[in-house]
Amino acid sequence: MFKNKWTYLGFFILGVFLVCAIFAPYLAPEDPYQISLVKQLALPSGDEILGRDRNGGDIFSRLLFGARISLVISVVVVAVSGLIGITLGLISGYYGGWIDTVLMRMVDILLAFPPLLLAIALVAVLGPSLSNIVIALIVLGWVPFARLVRGQVLSLKQRNYILAAKTSGQADVRIMFVHILPNIISTVIVQATFALASVIISESSLSFLGLGAPPGTPSWGAMLSEGKRVILDAPHVSIFPGLAIMLVVIGFNFLGDGLRDRFDPKTNRL
Amino acid sequence: MVAYIVRRLFLLIFVLFGVVTLVFFLIHLIPGDPVDIMLGDYAVIADKNELRHDLGLDQPLYQQYYRYLSGVLQGDLGISVHSRKPVLDEILERIPASAELMWGSMTIAFLISFPLGILSAIKPYGFIDSFSMLVAFIGVAMPNFWLGPLLIILFAIQLDWLPVNERGGLENLILPAITLGTAMAAMLSRMIRSSLIDVLGEDFIQNARAKGLKEHKVIIKHGLRNALIPVITIIGLQIGVLLSGAIITESIFDWPGLGSLLLDGINNRNYPLVQGCILVISTIYVIVNLITDISYAWVDPRVRLV
Repeated sequence: MFKNKWTYLGFFILGVFLVCAIFAPYLAPEDPYQISLVKQLALPSGDEILGRDRNGGDIFSRLLFGARISLVISVVVVAVSGLIGITLGLISGYYGGWIDTVLMRMVDILLAFPPLLLAIALVAVLGPSLSNIVIALIVLGWVPFARLVRGQVLSLKQRNYILAAKTSGQADVRIMFVHILPNIISTVIVQATFALASVIISESSLSFLGLGAPPGTPSWGAMLSEGKRVILDAPHVSIFPGLAIMLVVIGFNFLGDGLRDRFDPKTNRL
Repeated sequence: MVAYIVRRLFLLIFVLFGVVTLVFFLIHLIPGDPVDIMLGDYAVIADKNELRHDLGLDQPLYQQYYRYLSGVLQGDLGISVHSRKPVLDEILERIPASAELMWGSMTIAFLISFPLGILSAIKPYGFIDSFSMLVAFIGVAMPNFWLGPLLIILFAIQLDWLPVNERGGLENLILPAITLGTAMAAMLSRMIRSSLIDVLGEDFIQNARAKGLKEHKVIIKHGLRNALIPVITIIGLQIGVLLSGAIITESIFDWPGLGSLLLDGINNRNYPLVQGCILVISTIYVIVNLITDISYAWVDPRVRLV
């Protein structure tokens, strides 16, 4: 199905993490919130395969539950921001005129902030929490979807079959969602796959900066942030959460590349 | 060309106006009373009222907005809550450290990406190309808040080659610059590769070879010069990534730049400082993007028609 063999590796990596996330309570040897003052910073060994953190929490168990946080947040953010972006992009591209101008100027302003900066600002004022991270990432996440969809709609709406649908008196909403959307959905899916990877990095970055979950929550970014405090004494605390983030991001990138090759073979791969 | 620059300048003014407006409203997104949050619940009422007055929060919204906008136009970004110093002064003190980190990481990015990109393009799908593909994939996927700690573990703790956690000489810059520059190196090397492959397939390259030019001259003088045109845009966009990546890198290495000033502001709930940092970082980004676009239009006249 996929010419690019790496795509299957992407599927495999993501499959493993998905299984970890779903079955975390059964796979984890310990409660991820459990602390143990006598086992602080224990090195990886037979019983504790990835060692323990500053509070004596089992890193392996925390990683498994961390997969839930990362995957749930990324799917929610991409689903909601994708939906908003697709709708606004369809409206903007299809109707043009002042709606298009207003939306695109909004996009210009949002793109004037370096990636992540506005998210940092929003979470800073709303207060640090995972739900505020989700809100901030949705507020910014719709922009690439809207731009992509708008661009595609602009080129599609001149096609004869769209003009025919208009002449036959079909409603605009029907033309947008039944005739235009199915033709661009594959590009949107590719974009969504890459967006999942970037949301995981953004969420972990914000958690790393202390703007996410409260201390003790097994989020990968927060685990790395705690690891930084003890990096001189216990490097193992920092190594595994970062590895998990990188593997998931590589998984999504491989999958995105594979999907792009399949849906749009003309695109040059970098 | 002049018309293009004028049009872009108008867009710049509009965008900056939008940025200032968004940054102004940030403080009004705070759930609850910003003054309570900044000073804490136990502050004396007189102090709270004074701060509220200083920040103009006792005035109607439109007056606050007018005040903020005219302040920004005159270079007044407000007063930092705790130090009582002008926000702009605190920011200007941090600019040299940030600039040093930016230059350092861009140098690292160029030093890695140009040789890798060019060698990959000369022999696509060869050993160097596959190696650089792997480096690029890992470089893009590896978050800098993980790469930084890994570099510290390897080069500062295990090998004890480089210092960490202070700004000073060149050796202090190396680890932060690699942390920040790797992702840019990864993107750039692939971009240079694909752009150079496209150019090397053009007729004028065959012509240059047919004239008997040495191969390295063909590649550098005729190939690379043309291949760099699309790369310029990527460099502009990547500077945005560097600006936000710097916030994380500075927090890893306790680097005294704009990013750690912003984080200090967030941790101390010093919102005027947070607003100021965001405004300055975004303005730098917008201006860099303008310069990138104009230089792109300058080297490639076709862009101006769009």
